[in-house]
Amino acid sequence: MSAGASQDLATQPITSRRDPRYEVVMYRHVGVEGAHTLDYYRSHGGYEAARKALAEMSPGQVIDEVKASKLRGRGGAGFPTGVKWSFMPPVDGRQRLLVVNADESEPGSFKDRYIMEDDPHQLIEGMIIGCYAIQATKGMIYIRGEYVKGYERLVGAIREARDAGILGRDALGTGIEVDITVHRGAGAYICGEETALMNSLEGLRGNPRLKPPFPAQAGVYGLPTTINNVTTMTSVVHIITRGAAWFASMGTDDSKGTKLYQISGPVKRPGVYELPMGATFRELIYDLAGGPKEAAKGFFPGGSSTPPLPWTDDNLDLPMTYDAMAKAGSMLGTGGVIVIPKEKDIVSAMYNVVRFYAHESCGKCTPCREGIATWLPKMYQKLLAGLGTREDLTLMEEMVRNTRGTAFCPLADACAMPVQASFTWFRDEYEYLVDNGQPMYTKNDWWDA
Amino acid sequence: MVELDTIPPFFADKRALVGEILGRYPEYGRRSAVMPLLWEVQRAERHVSEARVAEIAEIVGIHPTEVKGVMSFYSEYHGEPVGRYHLQVCSTLSCSLAGSDQLYDHLVEKLGIVNGETDREGRFSIQKVECLGSCGTGPVLQVNDVYYERVGRARCDQLLEALMRDEMPEAWRERGGDNEGEAKAEFLLSSAGGDGAGEGEA
Repeated sequence: MSAGASQDLATQPITSRRDPRYEVVMYRHVGVEGAHTLDYYRSHGGYEAARKALAEMSPGQVIDEVKASKLRGRGGAGFPTGVKWSFMPPVDGRQRLLVVNADESEPGSFKDRYIMEDDPHQLIEGMIIGCYAIQATKGMIYIRGEYVKGYERLVGAIREARDAGILGRDALGTGIEVDITVHRGAGAYICGEETALMNSLEGLRGNPRLKPPFPAQAGVYGLPTTINNVTTMTSVVHIITRGAAWFASMGTDDSKGTKLYQISGPVKRPGVYELPMGATFRELIYDLAGGPKEAAKGFFPGGSSTPPLPWTDDNLDLPMTYDAMAKAGSMLGTGGVIVIPKEKDIVSAMYNVVRFYAHESCGKCTPCREGIATWLPKMYQKLLAGLGTREDLTLMEEMVRNTRGTAFCPLADACAMPVQASFTWFRDEYEYLVDNGQPMYTKNDWWDA
Repeated sequence: MVELDTIPPFFADKRALVGEILGRYPEYGRRSAVMPLLWEVQRAERHVSEARVAEIAEIVGIHPTEVKGVMSFYSEYHGEPVGRYHLQVCSTLSCSLAGSDQLYDHLVEKLGIVNGETDREGRFSIQKVECLGSCGTGPVLQVNDVYYERVGRARCDQLLEALMRDEMPEAWRERGGDNEGEAKAEFLLSSAGGDGAGEGEA
């Protein structure tokens, strides 16, 4: 941030919603009555980006534009989208697939649901552009089973788009073929892991697959496949409309563009907020969400699998970017912030998180099945029953440390890392519980009238 | 146990539907139809019996055990009938911080059934589920396919009373965040900064 006096303010990157140049784009229509219809979408500039991409750009140019925007995948891992697209093998006559991962199941994440329910055409438009860029004629959306409203809205929107000639053999009158199928899951967090998702799409149990081969080489049905998150696709729409330079004018060196963040837990106005990357947690939590309703002691920065951070001024002033989160010993994840109130005992909060991963472990590999799904929740139950000892705490710490990096897929780490962090920052609460047989904080009724 | 051949086949008179579902996938991906076919049965019969599993296996061309294997992997398919109103209580962290544990206890008291049970009349069943993606508007209760969000004490009783009259209210769709109706987020920034971080210090 060496803002020399000579440098014009207009060339400074946008990193706050306070910046007058900032504009909400992806979330603009969510909550507007009738926004899910094709008429509404078209009357607000809908499908102009897809028309521009298909009619005026080559697939390579679309990929280059997305690369130049420095868009990183919004599903959690943050892999550069344009680079991922360029991993697709040369066209060889085989069917190529674009799969959208709409299995949004990470606790604290709920941005994709509102997009699919209230603005499904935005996702479809992003998919048309994405299919064209990787030269696929078929897009598939894997939506979690619980999102029935989103499923119905997507199916309805696809039907509208087919009838209007936006999808089909001659998409938007350009002679290019694109069609989309929606596939419903049925309740399994692991299917958000891309190789498990592919198995589920093929009608198998949702166990992860070994990588390599990566999806681009051998994905769904063994065909070249690219898998992207819902809001990665919707970001692409605006990158094509406004250009890579516009997208890259927001954020920091490593994290560009505008992003949907989510905030839950006891704050005054929880929900989804669109912010430029590089905005701080403080801006999200205080300026937009109105601040905590009661004293807070920590927060998960990006969903329950990102290690929680203590509630300090330094942490609240961190920019919500991939690099800043890595430096702080956590991750940006899906951008789903969960505020932990002071009165919620950390052991019971973490037991809730552990129980989630235990329930969602697929059982394929031993470290996760025995460690995360069996031992760890039992250890927490022992502590919460008032039967734990200091030795148990050491055992738990060793267990999660030794689990890290040993499991077949990232699910075990997604549980081990936040547990480790809870020991780092809140060990006093664990010790209080084993020493006294009862938790430091005993509030257990959180239900409002 | 009812004899399998006494149950009329489910898909026999639904050729168009089966064709439509199979048509979503390429011929070499026929097996992908397993999950949508399971959904069709479950929506109509509130569970998927062994006989239906066998039917699906035959349509797709795999062994019934393989269909059963898929079915048992996912928490939304049921081998036994659930109630006419299947209450799915999100129990993950954000909802728990909004009172979902107390909400669950309340349902248990009111309905006399616990997680995994269906009442005698087949009206209600309860399932504790993991994160439903409604973290900003918890606690959330999913009844069959419908989300009821921000289910506080009063609203919970209101919902139960309606269901007991066999009335299913419209979804309580809440959004929060950038779309809090009149209270659009834009104005918030102008008045921001008043709340320091101090009040939240541990």
